[in-house]
Amino acid sequence: MARIAGIDLPKNKRVIIGLTYIYGIGKSSAKKILEEAKVDENIRVSDLDDDQTKKIRTIIQTKFKVEGALKSEVNMNIKRLMDINSNRGYRHRRGLPVRGQKTKTNARTRKGKKRSVGGKK
Amino acid sequence: MARSVKKGPFIDPSLVKKIEELNRENKKVVVKTWARRSTIPPDFVGHTIAVHNGIKFIPIYISENMVGHKLGEFSPTRTFRGHGGKLAERVTRIR
Repeated sequence: MARIAGIDLPKNKRVIIGLTYIYGIGKSSAKKILEEAKVDENIRVSDLDDDQTKKIRTIIQTKFKVEGALKSEVNMNIKRLMDINSNRGYRHRRGLPVRGQKTKTNARTRKGKKRSVGGKK
Repeated sequence: MARSVKKGPFIDPSLVKKIEELNRENKKVVVKTWARRSTIPPDFVGHTIAVHNGIKFIPIYISENMVGHKLGEFSPTRTFRGHGGKLAERVTRIR
């Protein structure tokens, strides 16, 4: 059982995929980590021995910002935008798309489920 | 696309001149400007700049966090008052 950065990695997946279950690590950083730890990316997570696990863990700890720390950094950045009253902060506050997308249609990811507006008489 | 680093940030030259003048004399005066596209350099911190939004000048107190943003980001050009309802209708009629 490999437990890295407070996350249980799925046992039956390849290591390179397993690492991506950690928030902040995608496929490319997983690849870099494994290259540096000299671990074959094709072996299963359950086949990792303690030595390899330890190596991976130290690399992640020293070189990557993951999970809670990363999430709080992202939130801080958003909070900064809101505090200085910038347009981007305003868009975050209203739950609208931030990067200039159109809102006449679509934008449902940011705006959430449709709310109907009462017709006027 | 982001602006080329080679060119450096765009800062409105006449605005810089005015702020430098104020810095030299240690004065704080509200400076009116239309230069919404100008980046905020560190020397602007602590000044109040009134940025035009197409109708009027919105006074903005520049804080340290704002460095690196554009002036226009702080002076919204549109007012959204919601869809439907009596309030929205009345507001549009007044304008």
